[in-house]
Amino acid sequence: MSAPRTIALVLTVGLAACSVPDEPVDIHDPFENTNRAVHEFNKSFDQAILRPSANYYAETLPRPIRGLLSNLADHISISGDLVNDILQGNAEDIGHNFSRFAVNSTVGVFGIFDPATNDFGLERREARVGETLAVYGVPEGAYVELPFLGPSTEREAIGRVGDFFTNAFSYVLEGPSALAATGVGAVDLLNDRAEFGDAIDEVFYESADSYAQTRSLYLQNLRFERSGGDLEEQFGDIYDELEFE
Amino acid sequence: MSLNSNKISRRGFVAMLTAGAAVMALPKGAFAITTARAKALIDQAAAEINAIISSGKSQAAMNRDFERVLAKYGDVPTMARSALGPTARSASAAQMRSFTQAFQGYLAAKYGKRFGEFQGGQIDVRDARPLKSFYEVRATARLRGQSPFAVSFMVSDRSGKDLFFDMVIEGISLLKSERTEIGGMLDKRGGNLDAVIRDLQAVS
Repeated sequence: MSAPRTIALVLTVGLAACSVPDEPVDIHDPFENTNRAVHEFNKSFDQAILRPSANYYAETLPRPIRGLLSNLADHISISGDLVNDILQGNAEDIGHNFSRFAVNSTVGVFGIFDPATNDFGLERREARVGETLAVYGVPEGAYVELPFLGPSTEREAIGRVGDFFTNAFSYVLEGPSALAATGVGAVDLLNDRAEFGDAIDEVFYESADSYAQTRSLYLQNLRFERSGGDLEEQFGDIYDELEFE
Repeated sequence: MSLNSNKISRRGFVAMLTAGAAVMALPKGAFAITTARAKALIDQAAAEINAIISSGKSQAAMNRDFERVLAKYGDVPTMARSALGPTARSASAAQMRSFTQAFQGYLAAKYGKRFGEFQGGQIDVRDARPLKSFYEVRATARLRGQSPFAVSFMVSDRSGKDLFFDMVIEGISLLKSERTEIGGMLDKRGGNLDAVIRDLQAVS
């Protein structure tokens, strides 16, 4: 099956399944029991494998070198950003990300450096399929925690499948270079786990209910990003809320 | 003081001074909060936070300084009540006082640790805008070796003074996260607020 047809199929079937609460609620989590079991699994995986690997990675490679790999990982994923910018009809971001790609491919030596951010004010602007679906009016869906991948929602989980297909490098690259591109992405995950180590440890291992805290943090940040950084919808007046209590 | 006397007793004089001071202080609370005032408040708070971050003091000393800034610029009683959720309704006044105090120390220690990692970084206030019945003051946190991220402070004068009641980092509200945290702590302790207060005191 061709990639576009696969995307179409996944989207049609998946989106129809996105559950919508009867009334808008802050947290829609009908699969909480399953999610909690997955969360415990993810925590064990983090404790046994991810966290130690990330620490080892951070100790072995000096930060500047990890930074270069991180740049490369961002550069590889920009084709996906562009596809989604186009799908969303976001002219400004198409120009922004295309210029960014051009600058970093050339001056930035195939994306190893990031002069676009440092010298041209062309910072990274991610665009994922989850965002495109949101732009098309697809509801967020229920909260789900995915094995290995962590917190998500029904819409965002489908988006992740779409992300795999919108990344042009998965078509252009073959054999060892495709493997290398995947490797760079995986290694960058270790870098993130190491860089944000203390904050992640705090949520996973120090909070009273790490499942509820992960869910709260994820959904708040997701809604912020999907609304283009506008806090208007997420915030009520706590002084009014307290008066009604 | 007799009615026809034009002399003012010392006590009367002191009372007048106090009243005068109160009148001079009035405009701050009496006039509605403005965008400029909300921004000015956070400009000041950010300047103090930046000074603490670059002070080179020990984490414990920085936490004490952060707590002072929190108490001075934040509406801690309201934040504590909101974080406690429905339990606040059944709590006694004495419990609310000790919870608020413990919550303040806990916040300072928890977020102080995060801010402590900011060494060499700083918070730049960008702008302010009205949001619903309060103001959002938008700032950018610049840390060494990391991409800058958005921090917003929510400011209101509903307490009678201009104070912030929430800090939001990339859409993540301190208050909402702490409501989840305190709720989780209460669940774990069978709803025993005194046990939660004790454990919060232990953190700070």
